[in-house]
Amino acid sequence: MKLLVPVKRVLDYNVKPRVKADGSGVDLANVKQSMNPFDEIAVEEAIRLKEKGVATEVVAVSIGEAKSQETLRTALAMGADRAILVVHEGISEPLAVAKILKAIAEEERPGLVILGKQAIDDDSNQTGQMLAALLGWAQGTFASKVEVAGDTVNVTREVDGGLETVALKLPAIVTTDLRLNEPRYASLPNIMKAKSKPLAQKTPGDYGVDMTPRHTTLSVTEPPKRHAGIKVGGVDELVAKLKALGVTA
Amino acid sequence: MKTLVLVEHDNACVKDATLHTVTAAAKLGEVHLLVTGKGCASVADAAAKIAGVAKVHLADEAALEHQLPENVAPLIIGLMADHDAFLAPATTNGKNIAPRVAALLDVMQISDIISVEGPDSFTRPIYAGNAIAKVQTTDKKLVITVRGTAFDKTAAEGGSALVEAVGGSADAGIASFVSAELAASERPELTSARVIVSGGRGVGSAENYEAIIEPLADKLGAAVGASRAAVDAGFVPNDYQVGQTGKIVAPDVYIAIGISGAIQHLAGMKDSKTIVAINKDEDAPIFQVADIGLVGDLFQIVPELTSRL
Repeated sequence: MKLLVPVKRVLDYNVKPRVKADGSGVDLANVKQSMNPFDEIAVEEAIRLKEKGVATEVVAVSIGEAKSQETLRTALAMGADRAILVVHEGISEPLAVAKILKAIAEEERPGLVILGKQAIDDDSNQTGQMLAALLGWAQGTFASKVEVAGDTVNVTREVDGGLETVALKLPAIVTTDLRLNEPRYASLPNIMKAKSKPLAQKTPGDYGVDMTPRHTTLSVTEPPKRHAGIKVGGVDELVAKLKALGVTA
Repeated sequence: MKTLVLVEHDNACVKDATLHTVTAAAKLGEVHLLVTGKGCASVADAAAKIAGVAKVHLADEAALEHQLPENVAPLIIGLMADHDAFLAPATTNGKNIAPRVAALLDVMQISDIISVEGPDSFTRPIYAGNAIAKVQTTDKKLVITVRGTAFDKTAAEGGSALVEAVGGSADAGIASFVSAELAASERPELTSARVIVSGGRGVGSAENYEAIIEPLADKLGAAVGASRAAVDAGFVPNDYQVGQTGKIVAPDVYIAIGISGAIQHLAGMKDSKTIVAINKDEDAPIFQVADIGLVGDLFQIVPELTSRL
């Protein structure tokens, strides 16, 4: 079984986003960008399925600016076998990305597509579900456990009240939540090896997908700021403050 | 505009998330509700009483019992022929279903809105709430998820909407429910609690969490939460998590104990009315957003606080 793993290049999660003064967006010039953390978990899960002998090949895909090649090289260094880069320098909305992934899935015929549940830049949480809809496949979102058995995958999902397990007919879509696994670091020899792994370059046009955004961003602003309040000296004072707020047994 | 709101429920009760979402929908136009499940007629009756609701569509069938998106999405697509906007609460259930609906309608979803600015424009947090984007859509139909904490609750009583049955839902045959492990708790739900007591890495262990955080929460009738660090360390299950990747909360009072205040955590709780922080590190970033801070050892302070309140 082949696995397809879409990955996105985003502002590194350790960097505090800064809103541009003209309100047009978040400043991405000269700041560190990395693979979306949920996508790292997706790559790790795919590699583990290959190591267990469940999967035979892991194909990483990225849709975005040419620099996304670095993100794909990271996936290859972690253990993906080959990569596909669909270069689009403008905005790539989840719906358009899902359409490209659908075309790629129809070409590659993976048994599972494993995606991050959301990207930490636009926090949309849409692409996996949209891809499942477009392909007519089952979806296991927010996964904390993935078990393939025959032509079925059992996915344990993080839901609001706890956990839910669903059985999905393959091929299927899985989106990852935090506790699914802890992604590995790529070793130096693997980073070197990744440089010679195959990486195909494509364009949205190759898949007949129109990238024209449906959304226009009118403005991007800073959220209202909270200010530090007071420090109390001890439990007595804290109890008094809490009682004043109506917080009592 | 005619809107269709997905009712959040457990086949027995309407969840509060629905009431927040109805408030957002009412800003767009006429509000219709969809109750989908199995044996959920009582939910539809309760939903019909929500103030201002014009109609309740009830799809009560075996294939819909567990709200599998593979089975629910086609039902919604059918109803959207007669509605202009579909809104779901930004709960795990809403987030599971809405994008599937959007893609089938060829619509780009607007996720997690925090305000309605006009019939086609909305604001939503991006970058874990570090920026707020105002977006306008060109799509003819709208698919939206709603951040509950950003909208007041509509009154659960006062309406008298007609309940109309929607039949014809089938099992798509590609997904099935296996099991659920839902935490049975007497405590209020995190997303609707008035007071939340939350513990972080500083709590140290699952045993300490139980011995220190939970007694304070129970004394106050509060919900319990945790930072991602506490979840990652295995102190508590993931559904306790407050933050960008967990639940978004905005209680009247949020008590953060042993939580340093990573950006990721602040994203989930910074809209709380009053934030109280207890931490031994006086330079912890949590104190930059806390209204009331106490620097000290939580292992001494919290038990004393619990006994004194």
